[in-house]
Order: sequence, then structure tokens, then C-alpha cells
Amino acid sequence: MNFEAHSCPNGHVTYPRHTVCPKCGEEQTEIVDLTDEVGTVVTWTTSTATPPGVREPNHLAIVEFNLGETNVRALGQTTDPVETGDQVTPVFCKELRDPGAGIREKESQDWDGYRFSPV
Amino acid sequence: MGRVAIISASMTQFGQRDDWICELLTEAGESCLTNVDVDASELDHLYVSNMASGEFEGQTGVPNALAHDIGALGAYTQRIDQTSSSGGAGIYAAWQSVASGASELTMLVGGEKMTHRSTAEATDIIASLTHPVEYKHGVTLPSFAGLVSRLYLESYDAPRKALGAVAAKNHANGIDNPHAQFQKEVDQETILESPIIADPLRLYDFCPITDGSAALLFCPEEKAAEYTDDYTVISGIGGATDTHVVHERVDPTVMSGVVDSSRQAYEMADIDPEDVDIAELHDMFTILEVLQLEDLGFFEKGEGWRAAVEGTTARDGDLPVNTSGGLKSKGHPLGASGVAQVYELHQQLTQSADSRQVEADTGLACNVGGFDNCVTTTILEATS
Ligand SMILES: [Zn+2]
Repeated sequence: MNFEAHSCPNGHVTYPRHTVCPKCGEEQTEIVDLTDEVGTVVTWTTSTATPPGVREPNHLAIVEFNLGETNVRALGQTTDPVETGDQVTPVFCKELRDPGAGIREKESQDWDGYRFSPV
Repeated sequence: MGRVAIISASMTQFGQRDDWICELLTEAGESCLTNVDVDASELDHLYVSNMASGEFEGQTGVPNALAHDIGALGAYTQRIDQTSSSGGAGIYAAWQSVASGASELTMLVGGEKMTHRSTAEATDIIASLTHPVEYKHGVTLPSFAGLVSRLYLESYDAPRKALGAVAAKNHANGIDNPHAQFQKEVDQETILESPIIADPLRLYDFCPITDGSAALLFCPEEKAAEYTDDYTVISGIGGATDTHVVHERVDPTVMSGVVDSSRQAYEMADIDPEDVDIAELHDMFTILEVLQLEDLGFFEKGEGWRAAVEGTTARDGDLPVNTSGGLKSKGHPLGASGVAQVYELHQQLTQSADSRQVEADTGLACNVGGFDNCVTTTILEATS
């Protein structure tokens, strides 16, 4: 599995993928692989009141990836506590929370993904 | 298109209630009708604002149940779910129903029964509104508040205690609201030393989990005087959505749903933010009151944090905000909150707010769903 953002022919990049590009309405045709990129922490929180099946405390951050002409952001868990401005890189995680414990139907979505690890 | 009047408003006691959703809705609905001596059989439309009775208690079809319970058989019924802003969306729907001429008498009842669930379960039910890529990380609405609060405080060099000032103000206001869940003062020290929930936010930065219901009765302005002398008029209303995925916003400290919905409401009412005398804002988290003050046009971007600190939004300030105590101390039964905001404005504008009465002719309510995912803004005017 790769950490994939998506791009339309006009160079607008989004994470996650959308049915149509939110900026111009065109179909997203390109994949932008963020798996080996280094991003910057825009903001972070540590949540101590977590829902069923979620680790406690849960460190979360919004991370921005600079792609030259444009940039794209993603939200994710972090492997360790981070600070604003820290450089982080994605690390694969097979199960981000216990898929059977929350209210959402287990089969309705996937549960693997990427955590951000300080570099 | 004629203007729409609100001829009656009611709310139940908010807090931890033994009653289930249908009982809470019935209590608010019956008292709303009794206030103006209207029989339920006269209702053309009956709307229910409710986010998640199915998820909370396994009860669906609540509008039909309510119509039966209060004796409104024959009325057209509809449930309105717009997450935390279900109440505001219900007001929008009720306004449409009367303004369009489809109904001459519409009642809206908003309610939620939540406290029988654990905090973790209730948080998860609410978090289920997030995008799958957000949900799988265990993100909650409080954690969005933590993320955006940090970004705001760092971007605008605002002191942490500014958020505590919002909580302290709204708790102070709640003391004079007999329907509020909490009626006690909380000092800054207690707020700033309470347990961390989503760093930098602490327990007192969040509204409680609440049971409760509120109701409003709508008719065309020209018929209002047939029912009562104490009515108000909806002079402006607007609704808008922001991105589903929060991190995709150009600036996550700007709530474009608030900006867009209020612009529509101001335009319809033909007023500017300076003309608003009081406001009920969606302080589900303290940071949200600050962001709304800016995005509604009351303060420049980055300056809204000064309001509670300097007393501008206190009950005796230039722009009293959340005289009801806000969601913060009044409580936040999801589907009822937007309805209860307008209940407070109606009480204030008809001089019926007792010990929390302020001088006001124009009031604004902003009801935020999700983390600005969907918003409605309502502007209410006094008539006497
Ligand atoms: Zn595009």
C-alpha cells in the first residue's frame, strides 16, 4: 500500500481522492505518491478522551507536503508526540484503530493507513 | 415572499433526563402550543430536528410518533438531520414551509437524548460524521477543536486564557438560566487547570453531553397578531456547507460555512454585523465562539479572542453573546441546540428573559454542524 494523493489535469492535488476535483470539477486522473515524502506539522493535538477502539492518548497532526508548484495536507496519527514545524514522514500501520469497536460498520471502509513519524 | 413570524417558543429543562426522545419532544411541543392556546390539530406542518435517535436509542420515525403523541394527526411531518446544526436546519425548513405558502402554521421541535450513553460512545456517534480517512485515525470533534485551537493561538499570538474567558463568561450567564444544565460560576483557575481533553483544550473548553428539547411555532407575519402580541420575525436566514475533510480548508481557522451562511442572512435582513444587538453562538468548544465572532463579521480575523477577555461579549457589554449560557453551560442536546438558540433570542426580543434580560431589537443565532461542515444563521427582529 502507498500513501496516495490525487491530482486533476490542472495540477490541483487532494488527499483523500474525490469523485471530482473540488477546485475545478475535473476528474482526478493522476496519483501523487507521498509514501517517501517528508512533511511539516501544521498543528497537532493529543486527545485523551478517545472513542472505543482508539488508542489513548491519541496523538494527531495535520501535516503539509510541499510538492513544488503546490502542496497538499493530510491528517493522521503520529507515532510520537510532535510539535508545530516538526518534519515527519509516513509510516505504514496495518490497523489504525480496532475496526470492530466503533459505531461505524467494519466492512464500510478500510482501516490501514499511515502514521507520521518524526525524522 | 412574506416574512415569517415566531409566535411561541419553549424549551425543557436541559441536563440529564430520565425521559426518552419522544417524551422530551412531546414536553417541548405541548408547552409551545399551550403558550398561545393553539391546538395541535391546527398544525399544517410538524418538523423534528434530531441528529441520531436511531444511533443513540434505537428509535426512528420520531416525527410520526410525535404527531401521534401530541394529537397533530394529518399534519405533514419531516425529520431534519444536519448533525449539530439540525436545529438551525429545522428553522430553515420551517421558515421555507411558511414563506412558500405551503403551510400557515408550522411547529418545529428539536431534541436529543444522549446521557444514557458513555462519553466514549456518544463521542463516537458524533465522530461518525467525519470522512473515512479522518474516522479511521480516531479523530473526534473535540480533537478537531484541539488542532484548530493550537493553530489559532499560534497564528494570532493569542493567550490561552482567552479561551478560558469564553467558558467563564458563558458559565456566568448560565446561572440566570433556570433551564441550563449547569447553573454555577466557574473561575479561570479551575478552567485552566481542568483535565486535558484535546491539548491545548481542557475539560471546561467543551460543552457537556445533554438531554433536552426545544420548540418554536411559525406562521405568516400578517397572521401573527391573531395568536399573540409577543411575536418576533425572521428577517434573515442562510445556510452553507464547508469541506467535509477539515484539513482540506485553505485556512482551518476560517469557518467558511459561517461566513457564507451569515452573508446570506445579512443580505436578506438588509443589515450589517454592526446592527446586531445580541447573538447566540455555537460554543460547542470555546474556540468556536471566537471563530464565529470573526467569521460573522463582528471582529477582524485574529481579534475575536479579545471579546470575552475585554468584556465586549459579556451580558453588559456592547454585544452580549450567549446570554442563555450557550451550549457551554446550558448544554448541547444536538437536535435541540439550534432551536434553543432562537428560543433565547425570542425570549430576549419579547422582553421575557427575566433576570438575564438585555436591551435588544435584533438578534443573530449561528448553529454549526460538524466542525463547520454545515451552518445555518438566523436573524430575528423584535416587533414591539
Ligand atoms: Zn482541479
